Amino acid sequence: MTAQPTADDPKTEAELDLESKQEDVERSFAGPGERLEILSPDGTVRPGTEAPMSTEQVRDALRWMMLSRTVDVRAISLQRQGRMGTFSAVRGQEASVVGSSFALDPARDWIVPQYRELPGVVRHGFPLDGYLLYWMGNPAGGRVPDGVKVLPLQIALAAQLPHAVGLGWGLKLQGSESVVATYFGDGASSEGDSHEAMNLAGVMRAPVVFFLQNNGWAISTPRTKQTAAANFASRAEGYGFPGVIVDGNDLFAVYAAMREAVERARTGGGPTLIESQTYRMGAHNTADDPTRYMEPVELSGWDERDPIRRVTAWLRSQDAWDDDAEREMQAGIDRQVDEAIESAEAFAPPNPEQIYTHVYADPPERLRAQQRAALDSH
Amino acid sequence: MATMTMIEAIRSALREEMARDERVVALGQDIGQLGGVFRATDGLLKEFGADRVFDMPLAEGVIAGSALGLAVSGLVPVAEIQFLGFTHQAFHQIAPQIARYRYRSQGRYNAQVTIRTPFGGGVRTPELHSDAIEAQFVQAPGLKVVMPSNPYDAKGMLLEAIRDPDPVLFCEPLRGYRLVKGEVPEGDYTVPFGQSRVTREGSDVTLVAWSAAVQLAERAAERLAEEGIEAKVLDLRTLVPLDVEGLVSAVESTGRCVVVHEAPLTAGFGAEVVATLQEEAFYSLEAPVARVAAPDTPYPIASIEDYYVPSVERVVDAVRRTVSAK
Repeated sequence: MTAQPTADDPKTEAELDLESKQEDVERSFAGPGERLEILSPDGTVRPGTEAPMSTEQVRDALRWMMLSRTVDVRAISLQRQGRMGTFSAVRGQEASVVGSSFALDPARDWIVPQYRELPGVVRHGFPLDGYLLYWMGNPAGGRVPDGVKVLPLQIALAAQLPHAVGLGWGLKLQGSESVVATYFGDGASSEGDSHEAMNLAGVMRAPVVFFLQNNGWAISTPRTKQTAAANFASRAEGYGFPGVIVDGNDLFAVYAAMREAVERARTGGGPTLIESQTYRMGAHNTADDPTRYMEPVELSGWDERDPIRRVTAWLRSQDAWDDDAEREMQAGIDRQVDEAIESAEAFAPPNPEQIYTHVYADPPERLRAQQRAALDSH
Repeated sequence: MATMTMIEAIRSALREEMARDERVVALGQDIGQLGGVFRATDGLLKEFGADRVFDMPLAEGVIAGSALGLAVSGLVPVAEIQFLGFTHQAFHQIAPQIARYRYRSQGRYNAQVTIRTPFGGGVRTPELHSDAIEAQFVQAPGLKVVMPSNPYDAKGMLLEAIRDPDPVLFCEPLRGYRLVKGEVPEGDYTVPFGQSRVTREGSDVTLVAWSAAVQLAERAAERLAEEGIEAKVLDLRTLVPLDVEGLVSAVESTGRCVVVHEAPLTAGFGAEVVATLQEEAFYSLEAPVARVAAPDTPYPIASIEDYYVPSVERVVDAVRRTVSAK
């Protein structure tokens, strides 16, 4: 039955339903603690706050966000054509990833990623063609170039967190001022590694920023089934270090919170947990079908909070952005992505011998014999 | 040369390597102030300080996982997991993370991590303290699995493990910690991995063992000698890498073989030994290769463990059957 609008009640049942679902989505993120918010969805800076980045930095950040979204679109299309393996898009989380990475210094800080942080790790020095190559199924793409301070992408969720703690703790023991930023999600926060790692980081005052991207979903499992707590940031109190919540679709808030956490870590103040409340505006990956568990409204409700839209709106308000600028930037990004895809596809296909390389520095004779036997029979 | 127990040999390796290489750090539960529940790390905190010896939170997963991060940072961690049976709580960090970090990063990163851990039965420990689960780690490519049986090997192989650019699971026979004594050189030496050793010569049958089962095999060999059966004892020393050549040659020289281990029978490492002999030494065998192992049950309560852990009598029985088989 479809309700008709009346003079008394101008809203249809469908509209009311949509509003109520949007409120549900809001409620699943709003915690009782303060949430840092600077840039509103309409692109204005909230009263009492100020932009923490220069116009030039914001344009640079916007370029990384637009690059990320462009790669998402192209990678999904390549996957549908059989030219790309399973791919996890960043869409919706661009401010969260880019804003946090902008507070890091690629020359001395480390990123210990999960797998949905493309623009962050590429900005840090991981080549875009290598990143695509990895998801195309070529092991060579998994190699982080020498000198780039990024650890391998992590598929076993939360397993990277103990590595990040050991890395930060070890660097500190050696007198370094480097900071380690590690990424995980609302789903990974339920793993035991997440607890063990944060606990140890607190005990050792390791210079680590735990950047939890609460995007609302672990594949199909909603945030409310990961925890009964109102938010994730409050866990930090139990580990003896600060926890903060930011609007993860707000580039300025993410950057400001991350900058403070990085500074704390660098100056011996120990770890911070940042809960970035964002939203996965699409499928978990190219093998996923979100229509089985997400209402269309749950996606459309987030369009108006699109992290890219509010950055361009702010730049326009500063007279630092117009349609021409956008066309020009997009054209440059398209060329960059074209070149990266071309370079990845031109890469030599994997060789069966690669199965046997990099297992040990000096492979046991038994493994060498297996390699000889296997390659002889082909 | 000094006579040392296993635990003294292990401690001496740790001390010497920490003095030689300032990148080496030790971490684990109760290893600092207490010096380890078996005192393997006794005195290290005092000698090397709280920036090199770490009492860790009670969490095996992050002991192993943070050791990987320490290695990436440029240090050389030696982690202690209090008992091999407790590595169940760290398996997800050891097998899919530490063992394959070199592979996953295509050689950019390596995990120069040593994980020391005691195991084995016969000392009336509570549940899970005795489990012999070494074979589980053999299925973790990238990891080396090292099983010293005596003080000389314990020191030389621990020094080799700490210097190995790849991760090593170093399993210590807890029954032998104070019981097994032997000559140990002062100062630096290493025992290379992948080289088995004949600890007793014999021409009738070859007993294949590792860790504490080597002493068991040697006691059985003494008993068998009284019956006129001369048993050769082969100590594999490392399961990964496996010394196939040494194994095959030792068994070919006798034509008969019994494998002895403390782990449950099915899919224990003895199965791998038998399969290897079937492939490489089939035409030299004069009898089926026998296995003496624990039954396929959980490790029992301490008061009845003597019925579970392989005994001299069971080894002797198996050898008699193998030797008399036509």
